[in-house]
Amino acid sequence: MIIRTSGLTKRFGRVTAVDDVSLHVPEGVRFGLLGPNGSGKTTTVRMLLGLVHATAGEIEVLGEPMPRRAASVLPQVGALVEGPAAWGHLSGRANLRLLDAAGRGGRRRDRRRRVEDALERVGLGGVDRRPVRAYSLGMRQRLGIAAALLRGPRLLLLDEPTNGLDPRGIQEMRALLTELNLGGTTVVLSSHLLSEVEALCTQVGVMDSGRLVLDSPMDALRTPTGRILLTTPDPAAAVGLLDGRVLARAGDRLVVRGEDAASLNARLVAAGVRVSGLTAERRTLEQVVLELTGTGSDRVDPHTPVPVPGGTR
Amino acid sequence: MIGVELRLMLRRRRVWLCWTLLCALPTLVAILLAATRLTPPPGSGGAFLSAVVTNGQIFPAAALALVLPVFLPITVAIVSGEAIAGEATAGTLRYLLVRPVGRLRLLVAKLISVAVYVLLAVLLVTVVSYVVGVLAFGFGPAASLGGAGGIPSLSGATLTPADVALRTAVTVGYLALCMLALGAIGLFFSTLTDAPLAAALGVLAVVVASAALTPLDAASAIRDYLPTTHWLAWIDLYRDPILWTSVRQGFAVEAGFVVVAFGAAWANFATKDIAS
Repeated sequence: MIIRTSGLTKRFGRVTAVDDVSLHVPEGVRFGLLGPNGSGKTTTVRMLLGLVHATAGEIEVLGEPMPRRAASVLPQVGALVEGPAAWGHLSGRANLRLLDAAGRGGRRRDRRRRVEDALERVGLGGVDRRPVRAYSLGMRQRLGIAAALLRGPRLLLLDEPTNGLDPRGIQEMRALLTELNLGGTTVVLSSHLLSEVEALCTQVGVMDSGRLVLDSPMDALRTPTGRILLTTPDPAAAVGLLDGRVLARAGDRLVVRGEDAASLNARLVAAGVRVSGLTAERRTLEQVVLELTGTGSDRVDPHTPVPVPGGTR
Repeated sequence: MIGVELRLMLRRRRVWLCWTLLCALPTLVAILLAATRLTPPPGSGGAFLSAVVTNGQIFPAAALALVLPVFLPITVAIVSGEAIAGEATAGTLRYLLVRPVGRLRLLVAKLISVAVYVLLAVLLVTVVSYVVGVLAFGFGPAASLGGAGGIPSLSGATLTPADVALRTAVTVGYLALCMLALGAIGLFFSTLTDAPLAAALGVLAVVVASAALTPLDAASAIRDYLPTTHWLAWIDLYRDPILWTSVRQGFAVEAGFVVVAFGAAWANFATKDIAS
């Protein structure tokens, strides 16, 4: 386990931001932490990094207790917390050099190479002497990720890593994170972009109002829904043949009850109904997350209904 | 971290602007005095100002007395208030702490950078005003009073240039300590808030409150322990022989402020939740 927490709780005054979270992230995975705004993702990440002190509970990162062993744990962790930040009056390169020099470890002679490597990896290799103040949001985001990669970390903790990037940038970042992961780096990212997590992660955790409501491998989540999506040029014939099993019809597309797409196909073809598309429907991550989570903290309804645990669907 | 901190400070335009303005005020005063020869009568106006027209070498003391009451404290408040709160606002504080830079190490580096700032500020004012003073008012009456470039002390006896240089060096150190005490208070305030301006204004509030209490007889019991009480003690360094008592007392009180304010900053910052 590269991250292990037990009973992790954080209260700010009367507000419980994180409530009894027991999170387990095995080494080598790509872990996505999901949840609505205000569900406690960022506070959890901050506690893992020793920025915020837990009210109760234990944290182990890389097998050592945090924040007590921060000095030996954090050099092996690269982090992007709530957006990138840099000294605006310096260039990106100067920022990375100073950040590199600020902490211990790493030889001074290699600093230039480390900084250039990190810039190269995030696609800022040719960046000029402009101060960071003049960077676009996407460039700042890349610089923030470069700072996280600076020390060749064993664990990357990234909060909203694709924020501000255009579609090409997002794809580059996904490729970069996958490549780093194949090289042995554990990647933990928090996001509310479900498609992002779905495309990248092998394991997901879902938080809702401070609690960890799900911690599961991605494959196990995407179970069949018991419906098959069928596209056919002969919809009328198909409906006639499958009478009673057709749940919905829109033009040449049908939704059919059943789990075995192969036998459905055989039956249709045997009856002379042509099939142009056929898939067994699986639950999307979005469905799973919406079922598990409430409205989040940024929506305030007039009568403030108490969020029902487990959702309303 | 200390080196990083110094490099960060020295590359800020604001810091250089503060230094420039600090040197500009005495220069302006020197130009006006040289042009008009209208000095305040002895005993009124800024300390030493009545003496400078006869000998430019005393001008650094006059310049320090000019910037000390308001100008210097304002720049110290700005620079020290920025220390932690500025990093918090920029978001760089969290990245420094996960780098990781220990919280105590970060605070020490910040205190040292404030110390370097005040020392350079006082030193720059001294050097610039010496040059300006000598250019504007010359070296004083040659050999008429106790040798070339002799400078009258506040007690009337004449001091040699070397003697004045020594006394000025002690003054620079003493004033830097006074300002560092203020800077340490600013560092403490800077750990309390994420707004650099609020921390800077807090420091100025301390200066104003202290200055308001100093003349009150009702406050005589605490007067010796107020930060601004001892700011003018260095003037005794220009008497002959030097009156060390108030300088020594001031040194103890100001050093005490540095220790107490830094301790408070550490107590608050060590366990603070960084939510910026």
